[in-house]
Amino acid sequence: MAIQAVTEEKVWHVLDTVKDPEIPVVSVVEMGLIRAVELDDDRVTVTMTPTFSGCPALEVMQREIKTAVSALNIPLPHITINVVLSPPWSTDWITEEARAKLKAFGLSPPPQHGGKLDIIFHDIAPCPRCDGHNTSLKNSFGPTLCRAIYYCHDCQEPFEQFKPL
Amino acid sequence: MDSHIKHALTAQLLAMADDEILLAHRDSEWTGHAPILEEDIALANLAQDELGHASVWYGLLHELTGEDANQLVFFRDASAYCNIQMVELPNGDWAFTLMRQYLFDVAEMMRLTALMESDYRPLADAAAKVRREELYHVRHSSAWIRRLGLGTEESHRRTQKALNTLWPFALQMFVPLPNEAALVANSILPDSAQLQARWLDVVLPFLHQAGLEVPETLTPIATSRQQHSKYLAPLLQEMQEVARQDPGAEW
Repeated sequence: MAIQAVTEEKVWHVLDTVKDPEIPVVSVVEMGLIRAVELDDDRVTVTMTPTFSGCPALEVMQREIKTAVSALNIPLPHITINVVLSPPWSTDWITEEARAKLKAFGLSPPPQHGGKLDIIFHDIAPCPRCDGHNTSLKNSFGPTLCRAIYYCHDCQEPFEQFKPL
Repeated sequence: MDSHIKHALTAQLLAMADDEILLAHRDSEWTGHAPILEEDIALANLAQDELGHASVWYGLLHELTGEDANQLVFFRDASAYCNIQMVELPNGDWAFTLMRQYLFDVAEMMRLTALMESDYRPLADAAAKVRREELYHVRHSSAWIRRLGLGTEESHRRTQKALNTLWPFALQMFVPLPNEAALVANSILPDSAQLQARWLDVVLPFLHQAGLEVPETLTPIATSRQQHSKYLAPLLQEMQEVARQDPGAEW
């Protein structure tokens, strides 16, 4: 079985090519969505977690993950994806590199909250264009479940924040 | 798991899931009709979140009984649904929709916080996940209730009217299911009476600060989740129409 030639490292490497369908500049690995990769005799098991429980991109991501792993010559029936809800995904898991990419994409990166989500609601999201803090929340809900809409009073333009979760 | 406990837990999960799926459907009816674009987007998000929560609870149910979520949602008639009547009610005006959302969100928040301590681990894990999302709901709906309650004379009048109508419906959220005691005794579920007390501790002062008068009664509109209003059947007819036209369709 060809799977013997595969290493965990190679699987992680191909997973890093799978982008978040709603934010095509960051990978599912950078977003912290992949929780584990396990290999045994004839099977690759990828454990992942959704961002929001109603995330419509979950199925697309699962399909793309399978396709990416199968490129390592692993037949689809030998690839399993486990979706787990625990521990709950947190934006704190998004890597530093990915935060920079989010910002370049025009999304204000989520602040680190260490689990104290209730408290950071009072924080001000910095504008991804001018880095200024003269901004205000317009809507906690945006074009996708993971985004909120802010307004920058200096740029006089709206922007989106990746919501802390 | 003891079959008595399993039976009770199954009923509980179905009740939670049914409440969320119908609220999701009602919220989704605002898509394209909300008073401003931002709120159209917000309601669509709320609907999608509630749909996600429903799928989490149906998923836990599936692990226990093997029942399929799509089958449960699209192929059960009104008489088999176990939701509270509040989520069946037509959306009414903006104040009515947001008042229902607020009363529901705070109760869900209380329930999820308690469920994080459940001895049934899959339920505790799921509650921890869903609770983070629910924080955004509570923030949104409570901001609107304050805005409407303290806004113009008209917004106040409509919000007070919504509260008067919805209050006995909201109280049905805390009517225990017949087998709840066994689940409470096994630390799987919080006690409904305690949840109601915690909910009242939050909503009473908040509604008061929003300039609203809370009705005196603590009597729920119904005591059984088998009793439904005339609004459920037409809602289901619309929600299930496409799925029932071609039950074997692959999506």
